[in-house]
Amino acid sequence: MSHQSQTPRSQTLRALLPGDVGAGSGGDVQTGGVQKAALAEIDASCRVPVLFFFLSGLGWLIAGSLLAIVASIKLHSPGFLGAWEWLGFANVRTAHLNTVIYGFASQVSVGVSLWLMCRLCRIPLPAPGLVTVANLFYNLGVTVGVVGILRGDSTAIEWLEMPRYATPILFVSYALIAVWTIVTFRLRAERHLYVSQWYLLAAVLWFPWLYGTAQVMLLLEPVRGVVQAAVNWWFAHNVLGLWFTPIGLASIYYFIPKVIGRPIHSYYLSVLGFWSLALFYNWNGMHHLVGGPLPAWMITISIVASVMMLIPVITVAINHHFTMLGHFGKMRQSPTLRFIVFGAVSYTLASLQGVASALRSVSEVTHFTHHTIAHAHLGMYAFFTMVMFGAMYYILPRITQREWPSNGLISLHFWGVALGIVLYVVPMSLMGFLQGTKLNDPTIRFLDVVQFTLPWLKLRTVAGLLLVVGHVAFVGNVAWLLVRMFEPYRKPVVRILTGEAETLAAGK
Amino acid sequence: MTMSYGPLLFLGILLTLASSWVGLVLMPHRQLGSLTQHTDTNTAAIFPAARAGEAQQGAEHYRSLGCVYCHTQQVRPEGYGSDLERGWGRRRTVSRDYIHDRTVMLGTMRTGPDLTNIGERQSDAAWHYRHLYNPQITSPGSIMPPHAFLFETRAIGPSGRSTNALVLEGAFAPPAGTEVVPTRRAEQLVAYLRSLKSSGDLPEAPVKKEEAK
Ligand code: HEC
Ligand code: HEM
Repeated sequence: MSHQSQTPRSQTLRALLPGDVGAGSGGDVQTGGVQKAALAEIDASCRVPVLFFFLSGLGWLIAGSLLAIVASIKLHSPGFLGAWEWLGFANVRTAHLNTVIYGFASQVSVGVSLWLMCRLCRIPLPAPGLVTVANLFYNLGVTVGVVGILRGDSTAIEWLEMPRYATPILFVSYALIAVWTIVTFRLRAERHLYVSQWYLLAAVLWFPWLYGTAQVMLLLEPVRGVVQAAVNWWFAHNVLGLWFTPIGLASIYYFIPKVIGRPIHSYYLSVLGFWSLALFYNWNGMHHLVGGPLPAWMITISIVASVMMLIPVITVAINHHFTMLGHFGKMRQSPTLRFIVFGAVSYTLASLQGVASALRSVSEVTHFTHHTIAHAHLGMYAFFTMVMFGAMYYILPRITQREWPSNGLISLHFWGVALGIVLYVVPMSLMGFLQGTKLNDPTIRFLDVVQFTLPWLKLRTVAGLLLVVGHVAFVGNVAWLLVRMFEPYRKPVVRILTGEAETLAAGK
Repeated sequence: MTMSYGPLLFLGILLTLASSWVGLVLMPHRQLGSLTQHTDTNTAAIFPAARAGEAQQGAEHYRSLGCVYCHTQQVRPEGYGSDLERGWGRRRTVSRDYIHDRTVMLGTMRTGPDLTNIGERQSDAAWHYRHLYNPQITSPGSIMPPHAFLFETRAIGPSGRSTNALVLEGAFAPPAGTEVVPTRRAEQLVAYLRSLKSSGDLPEAPVKKEEAK
């Protein structure tokens, strides 16, 4: 397809497809004097930094999963590893959250968004060495932070538990990455902006602002009284909505059309979805404080904004799911698509659950229960993590120029985590609801409510073990892929990528 | 196509977040950042009372030990949940209740009960020590973790058992000839727990008359 054709038909198509579609051999189209790079060249420029972000992210995923299992067991068997103070429930739980959020999810996000940005801007990553240095710094920050938490230096401010001596390191690395993403964007060769770029740009502009505000107002110069809670939840909710969500949605918008070779359902819905998210999401945070000691106007605003989230959620749902319509069969051949579609469907479900939980009448029951934990994992795992897995299945073979070594490990990964997360989220949502109903009935003794939760908490440990099996399978496959990087290129034995529109430029 | 125009995109992205930054961060800071204590005109009682040094130290342990991940410190209003009926407070909590807290730990999980008024509900220090040492002693079936590391098990001295040694029986008793005593940390933490009381009459959150004594 020619990128310079001026017919209205192809103008529209251009807006609906990622800029690098059909440009497999590219590199010959000129726009405003900037040469569009060949895809292979872009992938090669991203190789080292993106691999660093993926691999260290996966290292933290394994660490975070083990911490999660320990936390989960401790919740039904409180004596487990009880003698060591540094492995106390709260320490392990907090270390779990911080390793998976800052160590795993954020790093994989950065890797994916750097690669997407270069692909969509059609330029090689400028000065990849700089980004690699930012990565090393970043990992130093996470390590210091997590060790600090285990030592008992946690700030106990949710999502901001890393001690004051670790967070500036993270902030500087984030800022560096954000600036570099914007520089890449400014240097772009492809003038047309695809919807994924809007989201990526927004994410890298929003996050440092959020993190900077929270650091100053909660750690460096703490504000007084419940203003802390307001800043805390403004920050914490927006990390989900304005950092992870945009990167997750950018990936879905990129990979679905890319893999099935079909344009996005509607350009106008993507515009509406983007701006309504930008408008409403950032006002949501106070729904974490329904019934709490803040002025009613703040809580009410957030509840209203939460309900307004139906607009971006439904538009994005229509746009994603209608694009897929009639192409679900392709999920069998493409692991990318399998994970991405799982994530896209979960995004819709997690958002609807979130909107419901923000309502006063529902929050009255679910707010302080395990329902919230189920919701967190539906969002961060079933949506975001699954999308990131899907993205890595696509990106890793391209930056390493090697096929995935094992189909079996891919299946094990998918079924382990898919079953695991369903077994986690569905019972836990239900249990939380029942737990809340019991808590609101003062005739039921508190300890009886505790007893009621025990079997369900054990089930969660089982679900967690399934997730770990999946993670180990994936990391094993990635390790194998890396080993292959050091072997001379062979024609791939398994051809699991044949279902993906842009196949590997084999032998090039 | 406007969505391909970089500067407009930048501006939109920044302005949207700026709106809630002003609305949910700066505005509450201005509205609530300078709340002060309230003096009751009849009794001259001051609410909320400042925390003594010992209890203030204990608050740091409460933070460091992560009690907030299982316990809230907020009482919801009458008719919303059953916080009052469960005896977790005599009135809802309001912004002013938290002005002395270095770190405000409202909490989001009630794996354990709300502790806003635990100092009123359970003022017995010995109970708290035994509970912290091993919750199974006071509350069989609890899933609260044991905090035995806040205690020291040591040989009983020549002058006999220390006055602050924990009374532990049966399976929980330490080996013969030894006793379990709270460390400084445990003492400060319990001082903090016993200081937790938010039920003073406030104009914005009056205690119901028939209950207020
Ligand atoms: C894993 C969750 C968990 C953690 C962490 C936890 N608790 Fe608890 N806590 C509970 C549960 C469950 C109960 C109710 C059963 C009981 O009395 O042990 C409870 C009860 C209590 C009670 C008695 C409340 C009442 O109404 O009688 C106090 C006091 C208490 N906890 C203090 C603490 C302190 C202080 C910490 C931090 C050092 C802490 N808890 C950490 C779960 C937890
Ligand atoms: C490997 C399997 C996993 C298990 C068994 C697990 C288990 C847990 C447990 C026990 C908690 C604490 C719950 C409580 O305080 O009662 C928790 C919290 C949390 N986990 Fe996980 N987890 C897993 C994987 C993940 C992953 C991969 C992510 C994100 C990418 C994640 C995100 C979170 C978040 C955000 C919270 C905090 C929830 C809140 O405060 O509302 N978890 N998890």
